[in-house]
Amino acid sequence: MKKLLLTASAVTLLASASLAPAKAEYLQEHRGGTMRLLARSAAGTLDPHINYTDQGWQMYQPIYDGLVAFRKAEGMDGFTIVPDLAEALPEVSNDGKTFTFKLRKGVMFSTGQEVGVKDVVASFQRIFKVSGPTSGTFYAGIVGADKCLADTKSCTLEGGVVGDEAAGTVTINIVKPDAEFLYKLALPHAVTLPADTPAEDAGSVPIPSTGPYMISAFDPNKGMTVSRNPHYKQWSAEAQPDGYPDVVQYDFGLSEEAAVTAIQNGEADWMFDALPSDRLAELGTKYKDQLHIAPLSAWWYAPLNTRLAPFDNVKARQAVAFAIDRNTLVKLFGGKVLASPVCQVLPPDFPGHVDYCPYTKNPGAKWSAPDLEKAKQLVEESGTKGQKVTIIVEDTAVSRSIGVYLQSVLTSIGYVADVKPISANIQFTYIQNTNNKVQMSVTQWYKDYPAASDFLHILFGCASFREGSDASINIAGFCDAKIDEKMQKALDLGVTDQVAADAMWAEIDREVTDQAPAVGLFTPKRLDFVSKRLGNFQFNRQFNWMITQSWVQ
Amino acid sequence: MASLAIVVVIVLSCLSAPLYARWAGVDPFTSTLDAVIHIDGVEVPVMEASTEGLGLGYTPIGPTWELGNYFLGADNQGRDVMARLLYGGLSSLMIAAAATVFTLIVGTTAGLVAGYFGGVTDTVLSRLLDILWAFPIYLLAISLSIVTITAGISIGPITIESGSLWLPVIIIGIVYVPYVARPIRGQVLSLRNSEFVLAAINLGVPGWHILWRDIQPNITTTLIVFVPLMMALNMLTESALSFLSIGVQPPAASWGTIIQDGQALLYTRPLVALAPGIAIALAVMALNVFGDGLRDALDPRSKVQLGRT
Repeated sequence: MKKLLLTASAVTLLASASLAPAKAEYLQEHRGGTMRLLARSAAGTLDPHINYTDQGWQMYQPIYDGLVAFRKAEGMDGFTIVPDLAEALPEVSNDGKTFTFKLRKGVMFSTGQEVGVKDVVASFQRIFKVSGPTSGTFYAGIVGADKCLADTKSCTLEGGVVGDEAAGTVTINIVKPDAEFLYKLALPHAVTLPADTPAEDAGSVPIPSTGPYMISAFDPNKGMTVSRNPHYKQWSAEAQPDGYPDVVQYDFGLSEEAAVTAIQNGEADWMFDALPSDRLAELGTKYKDQLHIAPLSAWWYAPLNTRLAPFDNVKARQAVAFAIDRNTLVKLFGGKVLASPVCQVLPPDFPGHVDYCPYTKNPGAKWSAPDLEKAKQLVEESGTKGQKVTIIVEDTAVSRSIGVYLQSVLTSIGYVADVKPISANIQFTYIQNTNNKVQMSVTQWYKDYPAASDFLHILFGCASFREGSDASINIAGFCDAKIDEKMQKALDLGVTDQVAADAMWAEIDREVTDQAPAVGLFTPKRLDFVSKRLGNFQFNRQFNWMITQSWVQ
Repeated sequence: MASLAIVVVIVLSCLSAPLYARWAGVDPFTSTLDAVIHIDGVEVPVMEASTEGLGLGYTPIGPTWELGNYFLGADNQGRDVMARLLYGGLSSLMIAAAATVFTLIVGTTAGLVAGYFGGVTDTVLSRLLDILWAFPIYLLAISLSIVTITAGISIGPITIESGSLWLPVIIIGIVYVPYVARPIRGQVLSLRNSEFVLAAINLGVPGWHILWRDIQPNITTTLIVFVPLMMALNMLTESALSFLSIGVQPPAASWGTIIQDGQALLYTRPLVALAPGIAIALAVMALNVFGDGLRDALDPRSKVQLGRT
């Protein structure tokens, strides 16, 4: 087996060697030009330790680096962790609680200053000093994090992140083994910034970067200019490859309709926002060569509040799950090419996913059709018939359509339902806060990193429920002691045996689905519309389209 | 007269909404994405799937121009736009009318009391009206709508559910109170010093009696002229709020909500947004022209001042 592996490695090396000139040739041939991107609005703060948006995370990929990174590769390969500012993946010791990284030499910030151990240590402290949105979750397991969370300003992470200038190493100690810790380190919230970066939200002020590009201008109302980092030299093609365009001009403010027209006319190369539904047929016919469809690790779902009537009754929740016609929802989203019906929590092709659908006409692996008779029977049995249900949805075309459809479904099985579209800017936090007494809502969840816990533990773990908080991501308020205990076991098992842990997550997925704290609606796909001149489109499953790996000339 | 005829036609058409829906056999409030209709004997799905190229998206059927059979086509839920247009008009007219009544009752009372009693009463009421008037109308209406949209209103024994049509009625009614109260107060101030009122006061006639028997009949003309003009204003405000999702709530229809639904179909099915837009323009124009005509007919010398002067 070992010999086979060696042979395979040799073949891979040879293949890489033969491919290397091709990439270099491409770089020579297509390097340069200005790529023009469009979005309706900016993604919020420029600060990578704070920004928690798909739009921001995608743009940070060619700009910032952490100790490790997700591989800049197409498809599922993008889920692989590779060393970035670290020379190699860390040495893990102390029963999985200590990670030692040897820092690369010669990596420069866009200011010309070399990246050093002190920058890495200061960056970890800064995650807490700026009260990063994931400081209390992803990085709470670092030794000393509890003190940092209690008193952010004087955070030192003493004993948690230890730098050794002479040896050029950074050692991170965590309080208990965490199989997902490297994933968390590869996220933009853990990138390395200069040690003297102010410990406050950078807002609209760009922070110096290490990648091949840097943010050279930013106006949240107009746009962002990303240009080449003059001090960048490629150190790892897997972690941070050089890019093709000289400048990426990201403009904000155009509506989706106008953005589509701009791309059709060759005035822009790509748009971030979802394509307007009434342009899909035209684009899919006349511009099919400029469209790219890719699966997403995401979930559109309808959380049902397990602490409020009628959905404090499991039969009422299951009734809704049986009644919803997923094919109709898929239609509302743009059709089968853009979405697939689901019943369970974990998305297809995701760790721990095993097809499971109890809420269909013929229960089994896949959803086939709604079962309205069964749904009505469950509503009767639950004794909740005639109760009032309000569905809170985002005030966007798709979300509102789904809400209107769900309202008619609930009415058809015996509830008195109404739907309330509220601004997309506040809907996600509104539905989390128990003070708002939201019975049912429609929302989406996109993975942070490829682990089953990122869906199951985050969305349905007891610790994710916080009474009266806008940050209670367990929207359903679901807390089952047995399932929660099993989640902890699966998390622990992942440290030593990820395959067994994934099998356990599959069981948890089934158990959560059976309890129906939320109804799975569909798994969406990403549809990217690019200009005619844009070449080498590559979609990475972790951070979507790799912007600077495409060329425009 | 032509404007009155248009108003009458619009009102009668909207009142016929339930009859039209029953005759057409459609439910304008329920998603019917899988519905199939017949055009010239051929079965056609209401939502047409794209079959060419990558097969992306669904397009609702366009106008058939056949009354009772998706005359104006379908919206993105597969619902009959014509039926929704009539129901939407009914909601818009009802809200505009009810809000007008509310505004006239509250505005007239405030104007009568402030103008007649004067002194502290006038100062307090006038300042309250000033405060209300200090807010831009739409900003105030939007703010009130956002606050009440999910929780409704609950004041003592009075509770209005969040989905109730009474919510937009009261919100729109409140924001326009100063528009009625101010001119009424001005008129009452002038009437208060007229000889017949002074004589009644000197004879010891009670104030409320004077207000009701002597002053109120003299402002009736103004109030009558206000009705169509306020209706037009209220209709525009209701449409704007519903367009912003803070007026009439789905699946109920109003002309504003239909325009919002049609916004996502502007490229392929522009009529979904255009039809209610045209209906609003027509109704508002007819009401305004009718209001002007009414004013000239009832009192050619009076100039009702609407808005800030």
